[in-house]
Amino acid sequence: MGEAVLGVRDLHTHFSTYRGVLRAVDGVSFELKRGETLALVGESGCGKSVTALSIMGLVRRPGRIVRGEVLFGGEDLLRKSQSEMRRVRGGRIGMVFQDPLSTLNPTFSVETQIVESLRIHGVAKGKEARERSIELLEAMGIPAARERMGAYPHELSGGMRQRVMIAIAVSCEPELLIADEPTTALDVTLQAQIMDLLAEIKEERGLSIALITHDLGIVSQFSDRAAVMYAGQVVEQGAVAELLEEPLHPYTQGLLRCVPRLGRADVALTPIEGSVPDMAALPPGCRFAPRCPKAWDRCRDELPEMREVKDDRFVRCHMYGEEESPMDEPEVV
Amino acid sequence: MSQAASEEEALESVAATTPGMVRLLLGNRVAVVAGVVVLAFLAMGLLAPALAPYEPSEQHAEAIRVAPFWQAGGGTRFLLGTDGLGRDLLSRIMYGARVSILLGVVVVLLTLVVGAGLGMVAGYFGGWFDAVMSRVVDTLLAFPFLIFALAIMAATGPNLVALVLALAFKGWVDFYRVARGDVLAAREADYVTAARGLGASTPHILMSEILPNILPPLIVLATLRMATIIIAEASLSFLGIGVPPRIPAWGTMVADGRADVASAWWIATLPGIAILLLVLAVNLFGEGLRDALDPRMRK
Repeated sequence: MGEAVLGVRDLHTHFSTYRGVLRAVDGVSFELKRGETLALVGESGCGKSVTALSIMGLVRRPGRIVRGEVLFGGEDLLRKSQSEMRRVRGGRIGMVFQDPLSTLNPTFSVETQIVESLRIHGVAKGKEARERSIELLEAMGIPAARERMGAYPHELSGGMRQRVMIAIAVSCEPELLIADEPTTALDVTLQAQIMDLLAEIKEERGLSIALITHDLGIVSQFSDRAAVMYAGQVVEQGAVAELLEEPLHPYTQGLLRCVPRLGRADVALTPIEGSVPDMAALPPGCRFAPRCPKAWDRCRDELPEMREVKDDRFVRCHMYGEEESPMDEPEVV
Repeated sequence: MSQAASEEEALESVAATTPGMVRLLLGNRVAVVAGVVVLAFLAMGLLAPALAPYEPSEQHAEAIRVAPFWQAGGGTRFLLGTDGLGRDLLSRIMYGARVSILLGVVVVLLTLVVGAGLGMVAGYFGGWFDAVMSRVVDTLLAFPFLIFALAIMAATGPNLVALVLALAFKGWVDFYRVARGDVLAAREADYVTAARGLGASTPHILMSEILPNILPPLIVLATLRMATIIIAEASLSFLGIGVPPRIPAWGTMVADGRADVASAWWIATLPGIAILLLVLAVNLFGEGLRDALDPRMRK
């Protein structure tokens, strides 16, 4: 632990639309250390998936990475050419998507799709690729892997498909796996299995995982650190145990109050008032200020900076880390 | 490794894995019959020189407007009778199949490759190419085909190359529109993003990921277009501006028999039935092919 595999710094990804510029990712920074699982948590539309696509260089028009750095293996991925990025994608960074039925090509068998990824990256071909594919499927816990090789995506169950997707994602021995809501499309019973599988291959293969999810249960069980996103920004970041035990940002606090606890009928669920801001017309101050129960004038006028309040604990909120009162701060013109 | 019981069940359906599209196609009775009819016409055309009892243009002065064998006055010498110049109708219908099928295949392949190719590029990349191409296509759609065909054939006289160009002139537009629309949808599909996430190149994505998925509608369209082209060729030949007169063609034969339709109905009707049968068979076969090509239909 300690060394960063992936460093995202001040990433801005904007979408030009008829309504104006949507700042889907607006200054996201985080670090993913070797061997750890970092959860990117947030509601739908908070920019989690766009962050993942930006890291992979897969943002399509009208989306555009405006600025920032994605440091991976000592290089800025945003400066790489398309052909260099093709070697990184699927090769050094694997990706698992939400819905395995739509991410597997419906017209090809499982075999064709795994062998294809091995072939693209020149890992193996022909008979060897076939044997490796069977091994991979077996390692993903797919029974009767040899017979399943000829199956088409629609012939497999949801859990099976996701196992196949993971097999494809790790087929070329990546260092980093980006899993974008890998269990959202699955039954609850399967979710645990797939998450166990991810944890297992992470150990076996020495992977680091960026886990994108909105499920705080998954965050608490399967990740080491978490970055909470709201309206295109990371608002809080830290070790999971600490972050869930003692959330600092009012948004994180609000999120946790929305999660039902088993056996705790006495704790009422409290929704966060209001709704996510319009990404084309963001408030000038803190993004969360309009919904924040603790907001004061400064929150509405000035966007808070990300501050490290303790070791490896970051929060973007005016309530923390400033000893001096707002009045004493030198005026920036 | 954890394993759910539900996943064991899923195995059973996979145990009887993919029999392949050929078996599925063979299980479709209508498609099989249609395929046999198409093959019969194809064989008839290809083997016409060996099978036909007479040369198609050979005139029998003593046997003009002989009725087919099942009618009074008909016989086994000319099974389907003769036309106004004493030419054997069976031989001419056999030779006529060559022109219809050949033109149909050539024109459809040409328009498929051109139209689908341009459509895929326009749909995938969009931008100025798409804008320009789509306006060209709109313009062509507003252009009356028959007038254009009449003009080009009148200018060049009946010859096969001009006929192919006249038939293909607008034909690619349909393939362009289908390919462009489907690529537009497919390029946003998750499996395309996933393939890009695996490091696939753009040509690979277009040819290996997207094309197989948009192929079924293109194939269905190709068969429909084949039928349309056969009819269009027959219509132009009927008007005397299609296939050169020395080559026997069904459209020309219908036109030749038109004057005698009251006294010798078979001269115009039999080639007309040949057109109908071939077009119908091509259409029905195309539908069977579409079902067989859809992996979701495989059981």
